[in-house]
Amino acid sequence: MDLGNLASLKHFIPEMILVAGVLAIVLIDLAVRDKSRLGALALIAAAASLLAIGLAPALPGAWLFHRMLVFDSFAIYFRTLIALAAVVAIWMSIGSEEVKNCDQGEYYAILLASTFAMFLMAESANLLMAYLALEFVSLTSYILTGFLRHNRRSLEAALKYLIYGGVASGTMIYGMSWIFGITGSLDFNVINKALSTPGHLPVLAVFIALVLILTGMGYKVASAPFHMWAPDVYTGAPIPITTFLAVGSKAAGFALLTRFFFPAISHLAAGGSWTALAGVDWPQLLLFICMITMTLGNLAALQQTNMKRLLAYSSIAQAGYALMGFVVLSNDGIRAMLFYLFAYYVMDAGAFVVVMIVANSTGREDVDAYRGLAWRGGIVPALALTIFLFSLTGIPLTVGFIGKFYLFAAVIRGQFYILAIVGILNSVVSLYYYLKPIQMMFFEQPRGDEGTVRFEAWNYGLMGVLACATIVFGLYWSPIISFANRSLSFFTGPT
Amino acid sequence: MSHALTLITFVPIAGMVLILALPDSMKNASKWIAVAATIPQLLIAIHLYEYFDTTTSAVQFAEKVSWMPSYHISYFVGVDGISISMILLTALIMFISTFASFGINRAEKGYYAMLLMLDTGMMGVFVSLDFFLFYIFWEVMLLPMYFLIGIWGGPRREYAAIKFFLYTLLGSVLILLAMLGLYYYSATPTFDLTELAANSSHYSIGFQRIVWIALFIGFAIKIPAFPFHTWLPDAHVEAPTAISVILAGVLLKMGTYGILRVNFAVLPAATYQLAWLFLGVIGTINIVYGAMCAMAQTDYKKLIAYSSISHMGYVMLGMAAFTAAGINGAVLQMFNHGTITAMLFILVGVIYDRAHHREINGFGGLAQQMPIYTAITGFAFFAGMGLPGMSAFISEVLVLLGAWQTHPVMVVFGAATAILTAGYLLWTFQRIYLGPLNEKYKDFPDLSFREAFTLVPLGIIVLILGVYPHAILGLLNTSLVHLNQVVLSTSGAAVAMVR
Repeated sequence: MDLGNLASLKHFIPEMILVAGVLAIVLIDLAVRDKSRLGALALIAAAASLLAIGLAPALPGAWLFHRMLVFDSFAIYFRTLIALAAVVAIWMSIGSEEVKNCDQGEYYAILLASTFAMFLMAESANLLMAYLALEFVSLTSYILTGFLRHNRRSLEAALKYLIYGGVASGTMIYGMSWIFGITGSLDFNVINKALSTPGHLPVLAVFIALVLILTGMGYKVASAPFHMWAPDVYTGAPIPITTFLAVGSKAAGFALLTRFFFPAISHLAAGGSWTALAGVDWPQLLLFICMITMTLGNLAALQQTNMKRLLAYSSIAQAGYALMGFVVLSNDGIRAMLFYLFAYYVMDAGAFVVVMIVANSTGREDVDAYRGLAWRGGIVPALALTIFLFSLTGIPLTVGFIGKFYLFAAVIRGQFYILAIVGILNSVVSLYYYLKPIQMMFFEQPRGDEGTVRFEAWNYGLMGVLACATIVFGLYWSPIISFANRSLSFFTGPT
Repeated sequence: MSHALTLITFVPIAGMVLILALPDSMKNASKWIAVAATIPQLLIAIHLYEYFDTTTSAVQFAEKVSWMPSYHISYFVGVDGISISMILLTALIMFISTFASFGINRAEKGYYAMLLMLDTGMMGVFVSLDFFLFYIFWEVMLLPMYFLIGIWGGPRREYAAIKFFLYTLLGSVLILLAMLGLYYYSATPTFDLTELAANSSHYSIGFQRIVWIALFIGFAIKIPAFPFHTWLPDAHVEAPTAISVILAGVLLKMGTYGILRVNFAVLPAATYQLAWLFLGVIGTINIVYGAMCAMAQTDYKKLIAYSSISHMGYVMLGMAAFTAAGINGAVLQMFNHGTITAMLFILVGVIYDRAHHREINGFGGLAQQMPIYTAITGFAFFAGMGLPGMSAFISEVLVLLGAWQTHPVMVVFGAATAILTAGYLLWTFQRIYLGPLNEKYKDFPDLSFREAFTLVPLGIIVLILGVYPHAILGLLNTSLVHLNQVVLSTSGAAVAMVR
C-alpha cells in the first residue's frame, strides 16, 4: 500500500503523541512557575506512545507519506525498543541529581523530540528521509550531551560529538549522492530494483558509495573505526542521556543499518538467507568491522577506571556482538541481533541506573567509589549491578546469555567459524573488566571515605524492574524471541 | 518418588531462598538451614541408590518437560550408572562440607546461600541429559564458586577467584560452540544427549575431531589436565576449607564426567582415535608431573592440590584404556578421589584453623600434642598412597590393569609414580607430625567433635570401598561396559572385554 498524507496519519499515532508531548511541554513551560512536573508529563507522553505502538492494529505493511516512511513489523520492533529506551531515560532523568538544576522544559522537550527522530530513523524508506532523521537525532543528541552547561566535561563531550557527527554525516550524504547518481533514485525500493538489473552494475562505484554511507551509520551504532566519540560523550553526558544514547540511539542506528543493507540493497533467497549484490563485497567488510569493533571495545575497556567510560567501551564491544547477527546474512542472524538489542537494552540500562544511584549519593563515577559497596549498606544495588554485568558477559540465567546463544547459533549455522572463535575469546576477555566492579563491591572492604548510598525508591524501583527482567527473560524468553521473529518481515512493496 | 531428581537438584534452592529471607538478627540460623537442606538431599541420593536398576545401561528416573520447543530444548533429567555415583558423592560431600563451614564467621547468610546455589549447580550438571540444560548448570556453578573464593578466601583471594573464573569461562565458551555445532549438524536438530548419542554415526569424522577437541579443552580445564591446571593450586590455597573440599571432591569430577557423558557417548569415533593422546598421554603427564610438583611444595594445602592433579591423571589414563577394567577403575577413582581428598583438605583446614599458617616446615611433632588428629591424617595419607584395604588401591589397580593391555608404557610411568606419591606423603607426615614438638604449638587442642564428625564418615566409606568396591562398581559396570562397547564398535574391531 502506498498511503498519502492523510491516510498515513492513522499509522502515525505513536509519533504524533510524542510531538504533542513536545508541544505541550514547551507551552506549559512558558505558563507555569513550578517546572518539577514536566518530567512526569514527558514520561506520560513516552508511555502513551509505547502503548499506542502496542495497540495499533496489525497491518501487513505500507508506505506512509508518499513512500517517505515505511510501516512494517520490523519498524514496530524498533519503535517499541526506542520507546522503552525513552521511558527509561525519562524515568532516570526524574530521579537524577545532575538533571535537577537544568532547564526542565527544554530538556524534556528535546528528549522527546529525539525519540521522535529515532522513530523516523527506524522507519525511513528513502535515503533523504534517512539522512534527515539521522541528522535530527544527532542535533538533539549534541544538545542533550552538553546540557550540563556549567560542567566542562559535558561541554567538551558535546563539541567532540558535534565535530565527529558533522564529518560522519557529511561523508554519508556524499555517499548517498553516489547512489543517487548510479540509480537515479533515493527510494530504497527503486534503488534495489535498479541495482539488481543484470548487466551494468558499476561494482566499484557502488562499493565506494556503500563505504561512505557506512561511515554515517557506523557512527550512530558506534562501531569501529567510527567509535572514537563514544567514550568521551558517554562520560561527559548526564547519566540518563548516556543511557539514552547507549540503548536508544544505538538501536535506531541498527534499525537504519539493517533496513538499508538488507531490504534496500540485498535479496532474500529461499531458506531465510540473504544474498548481497554480486561483486560488491560489503559483507566481508562488515565482518572485519564487527570483529575489530568487539576486540577494540573489549581491549580498551580493560584499562578503564571510570564506570561510565568502562560501560562506554563495553557498549562498543556489545555493538560488535550485535553485528555478528548482521554479518551472517541470514534471517536467523537478524533475529538474533533483534533479540540481542533487546537484551542489551535491559542489561545496559540497568547498569547505568546503578551508576546513577551511586553517583546521586556520592557524586562519584569512578570504580573506587564502589569499594565495599556490599558491606556499607549498598547490598541491593551491588547485587543488581552484578546481575547486569554478568548478563553483559553472557553468563547463563540472564537474558544476555540467551542473546549470545542466539548470536552464536546463527554464526555457527552460517559456518563463520573464525567469527565464532573471535566472539568467544572476546567474551572471555570482557569478563575481566566486568568483574572489576564486582570485585570492588564484594571482595574489598570499605575504607570509610566512600560515602553512603542512600535508598531512593524511584530509582531502586527502576533498577529492580530491570534486574528482574534480566533474570526472568533469561529463563523464559519465548515472548521476546517470537516478537523478534514476527518482526523479520520488511515491507518492500506490493507483491 | 517420581520427581526425585528434580527434588534433589532444587532442594538447596529452597534452602537458599529461606536463608536470604532470614532477618539479620537470626543469621546464626543460616548454617542450620543449610544443614537441613543437605540432609534431604542425602536421603534422596540413598533412595536413588537403593532403587537404581544395575542391570541396565538405560536412563532411569527420567523426567522430561519441553522448555523452548522452537530450539528443541527441554528440561530433561535422568541418571545412569555414571551419574548416580556422582550424585551420591555430591550429596555426601555437600553434607560434610556444610559442617566443615561452621568456622565461617563473616557474612554467613551470603556464604550459606552461595554454598546451596553451588550445590544445585553441581547436582544439575550430573542429572541433566539435555545439553543446553547441562550447560546452564555448568555455568551456574561458576558464579557461587567465584564469590566463595573471592569473599571468604585467603589473602590473594581476588587473584585466585578471577583466575578460576577466567579459565573456566574459557572452557565453557568452547563447550558452548561445540554444543551449537553438535546441534546444527545432527541428523535432527536436538540438544537431547541420549538422542545425540544414538545418532552419533551421523557426524563425519573430521567434524567429530574438531568438536571433540573443543569439548576436551573445556572439560580438561575443570579436571584440571596439564597444561590447563595452573588455576587449581591458586584456587585451593585461597579458598576456605569447605570450598576446597567441594572443589577437589566434586568440581574436578565434572571434567571427567563431561568427557564421559559427551565426548565418549556422542563422539565415539573421535574418542577412539584421540583418547590415547589427550587422555592417555596427558593423563600420564598429570600423574607424574602432579606428583613431582607436590614433592616440591612447602605449603601443605598446595601439596594436596598437586596430589589431586596427580590422582586425577589416573582417571584419565583409565578412560583411555578402552577396557572394562580401565573405565570402571576410572569412575571408581573419581568417587574415591572425592572422598579421600575431601578428608585431606579437611585435615589441612584443622591445622590451619589452629596455627593460621600452612608451612610444612613450620610444624613438627604434632603427634604428641594431637594424637587423634595424627592418626586420622595417617589413615588419609595411606588411603592417598593407595594402600591395599583402602578404596584408592582398588581403583588405581583397576586403572593400571585395564590400561596395561592398551598403553603399557604409560602404565609403567603411572605405576612408578606410586613411589613418588608415597615419598611426598610420608615426607610430609614426618615433617609435620613426627619429631620433637614445636614449642609454639604445645597447647593445641585435638580434634573437636565437629571436626571428627566431618572426617569419620568419609574414613568409613574409604574402608568399606577398600574391601567391598562392588558397592559402587555394581552401579557403574553396566553403563560403563555399554559406553566402552559403543566406543570400541566404531573401530570395527571388537576387542575382547576383560573384566
